[in-house]
Amino acid sequence: MPVEIPKENWTSQVLEVTLGATPAQGGTRGRTVTVGGESTLPFLHYEGKMPHRPVVAVEVLDRYPEDWSPLLLEAWGEAAHDPVAWAIQGIAAGADLVCLRLEGAHPDRDGRSPAEAAETVRAVLKGVEVPLIVLGPGQPEADNEVLVAVAEAASGERLALGLCEDKNYRTIVAAALAHQHLVIASSPIDVNLAKQLNILISDMGLPLERILIDPTTGALGYGLEYTYSVMERLRIAALTGDRLTQLPFFCTAGLESWRQKESKVGEGVPASWGDFRERAIAWEVMTATALLMAGADILVLRHPESIRRVVRIIDRLMGTKEA
Amino acid sequence: MALSGLEIYKLLPKTNCKECGFPTCLAFAMKLAAKQAELSACPYVSEEARQALAAAAAPPIRLVTVGTDKHKVEVGNETVLFRHEKTFYHEPGIFLRVRDTQEPAAIEALVREAMGYAVERVGLTLGLNGVAIENVSGDAQTFARTVQQVRALTEKPFILMANDPAALKAALAVEGGKRPLLYAATSANWQAMAALAKEAGLPLAVRDGDLSALADLTEKIKAAGVEDLVLDPGTRDILESLHTLTTLRRLALKKNFRPLGYPIITFPGEGAEDPLEEAVIAAEHVAKYAGLIVLDHFSPALVYPLLTLRLNIYTDPQKPIQVSPGLYEIGSPGPESPLMITTNFSLTYFTVAGEIEGSGVPGWLLIADSEGMSVLTAWAAGKFDAEKIAKTVKQFDAASKISHRKLILPGYVSSLLGEVEDELQGWEILVGPREAVDLPNYLKNVWRP
Ligand code: B12
Ligand code: SF4
Repeated sequence: MPVEIPKENWTSQVLEVTLGATPAQGGTRGRTVTVGGESTLPFLHYEGKMPHRPVVAVEVLDRYPEDWSPLLLEAWGEAAHDPVAWAIQGIAAGADLVCLRLEGAHPDRDGRSPAEAAETVRAVLKGVEVPLIVLGPGQPEADNEVLVAVAEAASGERLALGLCEDKNYRTIVAAALAHQHLVIASSPIDVNLAKQLNILISDMGLPLERILIDPTTGALGYGLEYTYSVMERLRIAALTGDRLTQLPFFCTAGLESWRQKESKVGEGVPASWGDFRERAIAWEVMTATALLMAGADILVLRHPESIRRVVRIIDRLMGTKEA
Repeated sequence: MALSGLEIYKLLPKTNCKECGFPTCLAFAMKLAAKQAELSACPYVSEEARQALAAAAAPPIRLVTVGTDKHKVEVGNETVLFRHEKTFYHEPGIFLRVRDTQEPAAIEALVREAMGYAVERVGLTLGLNGVAIENVSGDAQTFARTVQQVRALTEKPFILMANDPAALKAALAVEGGKRPLLYAATSANWQAMAALAKEAGLPLAVRDGDLSALADLTEKIKAAGVEDLVLDPGTRDILESLHTLTTLRRLALKKNFRPLGYPIITFPGEGAEDPLEEAVIAAEHVAKYAGLIVLDHFSPALVYPLLTLRLNIYTDPQKPIQVSPGLYEIGSPGPESPLMITTNFSLTYFTVAGEIEGSGVPGWLLIADSEGMSVLTAWAAGKFDAEKIAKTVKQFDAASKISHRKLILPGYVSSLLGEVEDELQGWEILVGPREAVDLPNYLKNVWRP
């Protein structure tokens, strides 16, 4: 009995978004990274195109993350004191990009000045040739000041700046516009809120090709299913022609999974949780895997072993490496 | 898949005789489609139409049961491709495979550990569903002996894997009558396999790497009288299996293609290089369409996240898992014990309750009705504000249980402090830590009645 393989007739596709600029393009990057362009659901190559593989960014901080899981501190060792060394090691582990979070500029942390933060960005740009994502400390005023300084210091580099939220996007978008950067638009797990924010941002004149969607990530066991479903809904909307949803997804899988007790605490937990290191890495890798199934384009990860693992999974899902 | 009114109309006599109580056959068809009428109201409907309608009413993916009693696993009968469209109903059964060539002592250790495995999450106990036993030795007696050995260790269901129907038959004699899945009928052995499944009244897996051949096989086996089937499309690789399982789910739901409308069994270990990779492929299969997943490795550190993922993906998107609002005792609190408040999202409650319990400091935990939302979500949605907090304190008469008048708020809603103080005159409102992990330290070192 002949069986016909059902295929969806998607009418539209995700926009291609390029991070980083080479010297010829006005930046200093050795290579650029393009994501998006999907004309089908994740990895269904027989049905449509997935011209660019999902990529992995290593999360790097501008300060020693003493409150991180001991497993992460152990894995990065000395490098965790130096964002440049950290970034280089992350790339060596297989990361395609660096996601630099300027937490040291948080007033409750080290309260570093915008100029110092910009200096760190410059140093990392110098130390690596891959494109950069730069996140502010996550406090609205500090985010604005710091990201403006960073945008200027790295003018023309096509950084992805974040996070833009509905209450705090104007300054960041203006800085991105002035200095040829991209922005990450973050909304709390909601299709309409994501679209609204994209309208607000593009109304300021930033083309959609320079926006990434952060749908807000929940870790495995901590809201993952909400993120998973909102991503599937957004992606289906994108493929059926809703322009405001046709942007690649940016997911902070590492941050969310390493916040959880499963990844932070090795002692005094139930025996059924198993080996601490194995579990914590599996937690991050499995969170990332589920997000890949839902359409993640950029995954920000924390542990070098997870980076290696997830890159390999992406290779296999792209069909670029034999099993 | 249900038929539309028009599709049903085509099957009716089209004489508009009105005997069904409706003015036209079309009107009757519309009512049938809306499930507001019974087909039996039409005395003239043909036998052929009756059968077509009955077949259309059957679920597009057959519900198959493996195991019995409290250990039974029901898979199939899914109605959507994406969980947001409604929900996924029957979570995949996760089995662990042993082989009859393994040392009996090794089998015993593994089965004891894996079948005894239980992990608590949001008040639920999660674990593996059963054992797959494979006849690798090629010898029926060895196989039967292993099955018997494993049955003595667990009541959970089995997947009995052998190419030779005689080996399965020998195993069935000692399996203990717990409704195992027989694995697998192939183009080479299907007659004997079907006969065995029919005679024993058991579900049967059908394997073929080619979907057309697989559909032919299921049709032949169905004609031979076995309807509880499970598909093994033979793909093992992470990418290929995503394609094949997606195709099978779409064929069943979108094309109503009955010959492949059965739950699917997968073997992620066969496509993986190591246990973590196996867990990753299994994770893909949880998200994308497996009904039964057979693992080759057991490690708590990998099984725990996998079971958590299954719970997440199969949670009904319309109803977050909730606990009832009320005043909960954690440990055996007394009048001097701390009083804390949080929301009724299950995950929130169990996370917080778990930490209080772990701290060794007994406490009172008030649960506000936040419609199943977490602290921050509820706060942002206006379901966990000062008024709600005050109302909850009064509603469950927390004051009658304690001698002090102190209430600890979750750290993330510290901004509510002033308003709660206004609402609860005479109370001292304290702000606890943000994360529950830091509660033990807070209760032991900061809290004083
Ligand atoms: C999953 C999720 C949802 C789900 C709902 C899940 C649910 N059942 O609650 C959905 C998608 C429905 C949702 C909706 C919304 N969400 Co929401 N959501 C999340 C997400 C990803 C995870 C929340 C979660 O499950 N946390 C896990 C639980 C266990 O955490 P928790 O309850 O806070 O408990 C912890 C602590 O508070 C502490 N704790 C709890 N109780 C107590 C008690 C005491 C005494 C102490 C000491 C400690 C303590 O212990 C726990 C563990 O540490 C977060 C972002 C994130 N990554 O965290 C956003 C988030 C909470 N959501 C947010 C928002 C804004 C919303 C919406 C308002 C968006 C909108 N406008 O539609 C809606 C509101 C709901 C509505 N109107 O229907 C914001 C809140 C922003 C803010 N700071 O106010 C967040 C932070 C995302 C963001 N960064 O913007 N959301
Ligand atoms: S009884 Fe049957 S034939 Fe007569 S009108 Fe109703 S549906 Fe049509």
